[in-house]
Amino acid sequence: MSRIEERLSRLNGNKALVAFFTAGDPDLFASKEIFSVIEKSGADIIEIGVPFSDPLADGPTIQASSQRSLQNGTTLKKIIELVTDIRSQSQLPIVLMTSFNPVFVYGQKEFVEDAVKAGADGVIVPDLPPEEADEFLGYANEKKLDMIFLLAPTSTPERIQRIGEISKGFIYYVSLTGTTGTKATLAKNLQEKVTSIKNKVQLPVLVGFGISGPEQAKEAAQCSDGVIIGSAIVKMIETYSDPAERNQKIADFISGIKKALTNSS
Amino acid sequence: MKPHKQPDSRGHFGKFGGKYVIETLMPALQQLEQVYEEAKNDPQFKKDLDYYLKHYVGRPTSLYFAQRLTEHLGGAKIYLKREDLTHTGAHKINNTIGSVLLAQRMGKKRVIAETGAGQHGVATATAASLFGLECEVFMGEEDMRRQALNVFRMRLLGATVIPVTAGTRTLKDATSEAIRNWITTVESTHYIIGSVVGPHPYPMIVRDFQKVIGEEATEQLMEAEGRLPHTCVACVGGGSNSIGLFYPFLENKEVRLVGVEAAGLGLDTDKHGASLTKGSAGVLHGMMSYLLHDEDGQVTEAHSISAGLDYPGVGCEHSYLRESGRAQYVTITDEEAMEGFKLLSLKEGIIPALESAHAIAHVMKMAPTMKKDEIILVCLSGRGDKDVNQVADRMGVSL
Repeated sequence: MSRIEERLSRLNGNKALVAFFTAGDPDLFASKEIFSVIEKSGADIIEIGVPFSDPLADGPTIQASSQRSLQNGTTLKKIIELVTDIRSQSQLPIVLMTSFNPVFVYGQKEFVEDAVKAGADGVIVPDLPPEEADEFLGYANEKKLDMIFLLAPTSTPERIQRIGEISKGFIYYVSLTGTTGTKATLAKNLQEKVTSIKNKVQLPVLVGFGISGPEQAKEAAQCSDGVIIGSAIVKMIETYSDPAERNQKIADFISGIKKALTNSS
Repeated sequence: MKPHKQPDSRGHFGKFGGKYVIETLMPALQQLEQVYEEAKNDPQFKKDLDYYLKHYVGRPTSLYFAQRLTEHLGGAKIYLKREDLTHTGAHKINNTIGSVLLAQRMGKKRVIAETGAGQHGVATATAASLFGLECEVFMGEEDMRRQALNVFRMRLLGATVIPVTAGTRTLKDATSEAIRNWITTVESTHYIIGSVVGPHPYPMIVRDFQKVIGEEATEQLMEAEGRLPHTCVACVGGGSNSIGLFYPFLENKEVRLVGVEAAGLGLDTDKHGASLTKGSAGVLHGMMSYLLHDEDGQVTEAHSISAGLDYPGVGCEHSYLRESGRAQYVTITDEEAMEGFKLLSLKEGIIPALESAHAIAHVMKMAPTMKKDEIILVCLSGRGDKDVNQVADRMGVSL
């Protein structure tokens, strides 16, 4: 059982909280601190974002965060070093979220080997759908790196079936037809869509994109196995330049979400 | 020579192409593939397309023997395929008419497009106006400033032009923003990509709508000369006019195919748009192709005097043709393109688009080295009216 599966299998009826931030924003030292704050505040899994010059699935908040990180000289290699460093002090599941090109240029096989060696447990590559993922999936499965695939409101029953079969760890359900970022309300058809997916797949289904606070998290968790929160955290990192203040805001925020999810069981 | 049957059923041209997009868009791409397949086999679709190409776009465009240019260069006979004579002034409209017909078949009432110089934006706005569809065009803020005339044209045609302020504020960022908008509106909207780029089936569809350039030229040249050209030359940004010209010749290996990329300020600088010459394989905007990117996989900025060639990627079929050796790719600097621009204006009374001027500039080098009975077929992809202000600026002339 992978670290991700294990964590998700012992939630005792509570819903999972996955938190995302971009590595290297504002810098890699801060990333290590932010990881630790999020872990202590109760997240079950942490997604570390690899910045890309042209992130097509991201809204303005994460785009800007990627730009800041790249301007600071963050590279995939340095992020893998960050994971090694974090892993020496934490047992929390770590998922790398990246566009495909940095991985392709790094070398797919080398990336999988180095990520696993560093202590990463899973990977999400939003622009690498099953149709293009044969080679990468081969390496990932061999090294037991969980490749987490996305499903969307537009996914057809055939695709839900197939992705349910090849995804590892969990299914990342994109709650809305849109890019990442906070939205005022959840998609109206969320419950109907997630329920129908849960009927077709074995894996836990976690909901991401557009969830920004405890109320939305609680609502999204009612029909799913948990939520993924990214832009709201990234926005705090952007807003609060003082590290102590930033860490406190993030801690309060994550704790608040965690509480909402715990109560919702 | 192997027949050129590309792409394969999964949208791959060899190792290039494919569908590297988020799950949200995958079903829309499948739908487009299916609708396009049906349309291709529907005689009514072909009839409608031919009707608009003939009566609205003004096809066939002429094939013109550039006699004074030929005499001036003193070598091969130069024929120009006059895409500059189409309605809206560039080859882009061949694709937008076909694509709007596809949008109608899918019942989509809104179309979006990206644009660099504004030619594809104008062609999309034009086709949308013709069929009464809502149209939004994404354009980098920097390009909106450089191409204010085309921005106003699009607005006159009823389109909304959306400024893109991310990144370098040029074509690459406009394309990213158009894709993001499509992710958000995919259920009601058809995205009309302006070149042979993007996820499958776009590179195939855009090629198929542009191959009319090469098909007409073949027929016209057979009539004029009774033979095929020795060499075809066209500029390559994304590569739609060049694929359109090359495609019918791919299996005639005696016809040499030459694509001309933008060398900008020079290949030894980082200010150029020569993805095939200086780039390497990578994934951007939904496809695997040659790409300008750094050793960490971050996409780098392109540069060209012509906004249409100012793009760090290139059509995946060109990457395939480069690797197979079927086509050759050369480069022309900003300065050389200016010489081509001026020479064609002086010798033939044709002011070419700066993009097309790259092809002319390469012909200036190549024609004198060839025999007088050899034929060069050049795609004059667009007219230069849009570039006159920029050229005047560069020549130090105040208008």
